Amino acid sequence: MQFTSYSFIAFLAILFAAYFLSPKRWQWVTLLVGSYVFYAFAGLDCLVFILFTTLSSYVISRLMESALKRENDYVAANRDAMSKEERKAYRARAKKKRFHILLWGLVLNFGILAVLKYTGFAVYNINSVVSLFGGKGFSIPSLLLPMGISFYTFQTMGYLIDVYRAKVTPERNIAKLALFVSFFPQLVQGPISRFGDLGAQLTAPHKFNGKTFTFGLQRILWGYFKKLVIADRVLTAMTTMLDDPAGYDGAYVLLLIIVYSIQIYADFTGGIDITIGIAEAMGIKLTENFDHPFSSKSTKEYWRRWHITMGSWFRDYIFMPISVTRPMMKLNKAMAGKFGRVAASKTVAYIASGVTWFVTGLWHGAAWNFIVWGMLNCLVIIVSEALEPAYKKFHDRFPKLTASAVYGKFMSVRTFLLMGVIRSLDCYGDVGLTFRLWGSMLTFKGFGAIVTGGIFDLGLTAADWLIVLCGIAVVYFVSRASARASVRERLYDRPIMSAALCGLMFIAIIMLGAYGFGYDASGFIYGDRF
Amino acid sequence: MEKLIRILTELHPDVDFATAQDLIDDGVLDSLDIVSLVSQIDSEFDVTIPAEEIVPENFNSAKALFDLITRLDEE
Repeated sequence: MQFTSYSFIAFLAILFAAYFLSPKRWQWVTLLVGSYVFYAFAGLDCLVFILFTTLSSYVISRLMESALKRENDYVAANRDAMSKEERKAYRARAKKKRFHILLWGLVLNFGILAVLKYTGFAVYNINSVVSLFGGKGFSIPSLLLPMGISFYTFQTMGYLIDVYRAKVTPERNIAKLALFVSFFPQLVQGPISRFGDLGAQLTAPHKFNGKTFTFGLQRILWGYFKKLVIADRVLTAMTTMLDDPAGYDGAYVLLLIIVYSIQIYADFTGGIDITIGIAEAMGIKLTENFDHPFSSKSTKEYWRRWHITMGSWFRDYIFMPISVTRPMMKLNKAMAGKFGRVAASKTVAYIASGVTWFVTGLWHGAAWNFIVWGMLNCLVIIVSEALEPAYKKFHDRFPKLTASAVYGKFMSVRTFLLMGVIRSLDCYGDVGLTFRLWGSMLTFKGFGAIVTGGIFDLGLTAADWLIVLCGIAVVYFVSRASARASVRERLYDRPIMSAALCGLMFIAIIMLGAYGFGYDASGFIYGDRF
Repeated sequence: MEKLIRILTELHPDVDFATAQDLIDDGVLDSLDIVSLVSQIDSEFDVTIPAEEIVPENFNSAKALFDLITRLDEE
């Protein structure tokens, strides 16, 4: 059941009614049933995997809770008899034991994800090596990839790590944990929530609130506008260029980079708007996943603003733990003695970044283009970091220029294009082909054709492009206005204006949304991939 | 506390760490600084800061960081 289907709208209407009509203490059960019904539409066999993740995480979290309680009880009972060193040593041993329990949970769940998502990729690479020696290789298995498995696995493993770190109290009701794992709006494409932020909200009673409900519906409408009016309309142009990449080289590559940036922004942020809107209508506040990413002035800033919950997951659960492991600390100290503290810390941070971006790339897809995408992002961040002193000198030398609005816009456009170029690895799929096409951009081949009408030969008419441009303008102005203060809050005191704008948006979606032959209003880019 | 202020000032000589309150939220300390700090605190205070304690609340000010070091030393 796709977000953009009529059946989903009907499902949502029934669920909202059932949720608010349920007795307050059973609302979360309604939500759980609704989430499983939604998930069952993706295939009953998918349910087995999400149930396994729930059950295994429940058992592991409870085992860690018991171990921590024993540890705390022992320390409390023997506090006076133990020296500080003995206490620390005991804590370290106890933590190691808890870590072994955690490891079971991580291996089991990431293991399932690895087998289902990466077996084909592993066999493909083995076959490539085997073929070098004249071997025939193995057939690539076609395994079921349950909907949202990357998202719910990462969200649930984050919960287990938080329990291990004693940052959250484990959920004792397995059905309530099941709701956290399967909360349906998030299953398609995130955001990846933390148990500390979401767990209690999901199971708390929520009285119907007209304002919150209206805000939720408005956010859903806004998401559909981005998805159907902008993202799905430019899809045809993308498909045309990607069907014949060699034919659409040169300046067309730059065009594809810009169009894909628009498409993925409208598609992904639109999907997240729908997700957050659904939760908001029921009084549940999800973590925001975007913060005006295309206004970023550097790659580092971009990754603080784009897919925020994924970035913070990788930072908190991969980058930081790697940076402070014993071997890394030893390396840091050893290098600090020889090369100085800054060089030592940079080396450690760069190694940790490399591992983190490798995993981030692999998480995005089981293919080399995603791994190269991750490593290129890492490279750009490291180079920017290394050039920081030079930037500082430049800023000190030209303070007026670098503080000007024009320079700020230049930095934003530069970051937009740089991220767009790297992101095009998503589209072409083939690393070698992508590199060749990047090279062809320098020839500007096809630029004349594009400006003299070639842009209308990509499956979109002048009217289509006009709709897209108007859509982008609306998103841009709303985005700018919302950076200052919530647009919905400001409109709330003007109900007629608010209703008129929502009505206009609804009409725009109905009349200007991309439907019918040649359009695919079914999937989301992130939802389909994960 | 003086020792900690000295370590922080070595990282960013232009920041007044005695009064600064939003070191992470304002982007004064980045991940590279944190890696460096954790290593130096380990050497100078003999306190290991685990990954779970690397959160903005613990690094937003010199006082918060000092409180963290004291707490970890006591545990």
